[in-house]
Amino acid sequence: MRLRLLILGAIVAVAVLGATGYVVYSSHRATPAPTSSVATTNVASVVGVPHLVFRDTALGSGYGQIAMVPLSDPSGPRATVPHSCDRLDSKAGLTLCLHANRGLVTTYSVDYLSPQWTVLHTVPLPGLPSRGRVSSDGTLTATTTFVYGDSYNNPGQFSTRTVVAHPDGSTVADIESFRLLVDGRPNTAADRNLWGVTFGSDDDTFYATAATGGKTYLVKGTLSGRTLTALRTDVECPSLSPDGTRIAFKRHGDLAHGQWHLAVYDLTTGKETLLAENRSVDDQVVWLDDHTIIYGIPARTSSGAASSDVWAVPADGSGTPKILVPDAWSPAVVRP
Amino acid sequence: MYVSVRDRPGSATDTDPARPVGRVAATVFLLGVVSLLTDVSSEMVNAVLPLYLTATMGMGLIAYGFVDGLYQGVSGLVRIAGGYLGDLRAQPKWIATLGYGLSAVTRLAMLPAHGFAAITGVVTADRLGKGLRTAPRDALIADATDPAMLGRAFGVHRTLDTVGAAIGPVLAFALLWAVPGGYSSIWVVSFAFAVVGVAVLVLFVPNRRTAPAANRVSGRELVRAMVGRNMRRPLVAAALLGLLTVGDGFLYLALERRDNFAAQWFPLLYVGTNVAYLILAVPLGRLADRFGRARVLVGGHVVLVLVYLSGALPAIGPLWTVVTLALLGTFYAATDGVLPALISPLVPAAARGTGIAAAQTVQVFARFASSVAFGGLWVAMGPRNGLFLVAGLLAAALPVAAWLVWPADRAARSAS
Repeated sequence: MRLRLLILGAIVAVAVLGATGYVVYSSHRATPAPTSSVATTNVASVVGVPHLVFRDTALGSGYGQIAMVPLSDPSGPRATVPHSCDRLDSKAGLTLCLHANRGLVTTYSVDYLSPQWTVLHTVPLPGLPSRGRVSSDGTLTATTTFVYGDSYNNPGQFSTRTVVAHPDGSTVADIESFRLLVDGRPNTAADRNLWGVTFGSDDDTFYATAATGGKTYLVKGTLSGRTLTALRTDVECPSLSPDGTRIAFKRHGDLAHGQWHLAVYDLTTGKETLLAENRSVDDQVVWLDDHTIIYGIPARTSSGAASSDVWAVPADGSGTPKILVPDAWSPAVVRP
Repeated sequence: MYVSVRDRPGSATDTDPARPVGRVAATVFLLGVVSLLTDVSSEMVNAVLPLYLTATMGMGLIAYGFVDGLYQGVSGLVRIAGGYLGDLRAQPKWIATLGYGLSAVTRLAMLPAHGFAAITGVVTADRLGKGLRTAPRDALIADATDPAMLGRAFGVHRTLDTVGAAIGPVLAFALLWAVPGGYSSIWVVSFAFAVVGVAVLVLFVPNRRTAPAANRVSGRELVRAMVGRNMRRPLVAAALLGLLTVGDGFLYLALERRDNFAAQWFPLLYVGTNVAYLILAVPLGRLADRFGRARVLVGGHVVLVLVYLSGALPAIGPLWTVVTLALLGTFYAATDGVLPALISPLVPAAARGTGIAAAQTVQVFARFASSVAFGGLWVAMGPRNGLFLVAGLLAAALPVAAWLVWPADRAARSAS
């Protein structure tokens, strides 16, 4: 009996020591490595030249943080800032950073960051952050969040809140309260949702998506007039080109539920062109310049972890998509 | 937790206050300790598996449904075999050791397992071990115990078992907190607990004291215990209800999708359900004895419909998840052990183990099908609509299930 107790004691000791040792070892290994898995550079060398600001999805110490690369070498070394975002936009020195604060109860907030990457203001968000845009002169921001944690993959079953605000965090308007005109007639349906704001250059005009009665519309609105006018159906997450003549968007068409195709709508000629990207894209695209669209596509690394890449495709429907920035998400173009 | 297929029920004397209160045999207590350690080991892994497979390994929902179904169903393949082998050579201890040892080894096998085939192999081996050891272990408990105290003995064993099942997820949570994303730590610690459990079993638990009992049952009686006339309706009811039971893993994944809390809190969902179960198990068991097991079984499934609805509806606040867990624990408390208790009076005493194994086998196979199907539903229509659909189907199936089990319950009550 004594012998058996001794044997048990020995087994317990080995088990406890072995397990504890392994846990300690793996907790040290889990500490983020001082370097990322991709080449890095410093911020100062990038901010002075035209560059892309994006969410870094490369495995390693920079995962989820703000990163930037110069436009001259977008797949090259990136500079990271130790601030995490799920979605971001950056214009004229103002960076909008939407993120989740994950805990027992997850909350969401948006940070307004200065050109030095310090937090100017933090405003809580009512739900899952979806879209964020800064106007070209950095004086207006727009954020879309999903309330009830639902996604718009189920039309008619979610609720959005889209708020236009100043850089100091004060609200300019909740555009869901604007008057909506469809076919010239006011639409007062309770089920309407608005998302994906893109600003015009006059700080008053903007475009967005409105959904009501199971249909989605491109709407054009003005902050001063507090009115939205539906222009076209089946246009989601519009993005206005730098020259203000075209809207890039995702089009549902006849595709299966939850799938979209990228297209460009010319505001002057009324012509709609499908882009050469054949995969489904669920993103509010960004204009790299007047000829190129960039967007994020989710990917998986070889070890199975979730990642994404930023791709580029010509805006006139020609060419083929190419990876612009690997291991990136939510790009923004900054031309100082 | 999948509690329903773990244990034998207590006998009818379980709740009789006039019975002499004695101590259970040391063997029973030791087996309880073995089960406690093993449950800490297996529930640690079980509590993180849904999120690990879908979020960290990137497994799709249909593939996860298949793995979840395997987890629930594979043990059904060997339960009857395990009991029979243990009986055959009067060596239940070594069959049980084989089962426990096999499961222990699979914990370590999780470390190198990356990929669908490897995970499937690991889950299958683990659950084969589980199926193999349950009946011989129960036989050891029964052999070591005075027949008048059987209910109490199984009750003590179940309590230790459930304590282990409650500790496991808490330990997993603590490890994920200390080592974010540290799933490999969980596998290693789980292996350590399993090894100590096997050591206690091998070193201290005596093998069966007496030769197999003289009151053998004939082969025909055994077959009748499995598929005889008395059994058919309850078995169909078990299959029907099992088919409409969405596994815990999927339910918790749906909650995580809705509320988007951080991964380290996921194991606590299992703890929440366990706590509700622990509080309500004895009261609802007593209720079943007094008001009829069929009523409580059906009532428990009504609660399950509420669980699906509360998982599918938008959360009203952070406490909404707690409500879901409390309801799920209530479901388990109301139905765990009630099906075997319903079956027991229908078969001769010596064939009881076979009858219960048959009912549990039907149940786990039905749940295998249910897991695979729900994975498909999730992909086709999303978790919320999937839960709504299953809730509706279950609500429609309840009158049928009630009609199926009512005669069995009435027969039992008139016989007692």
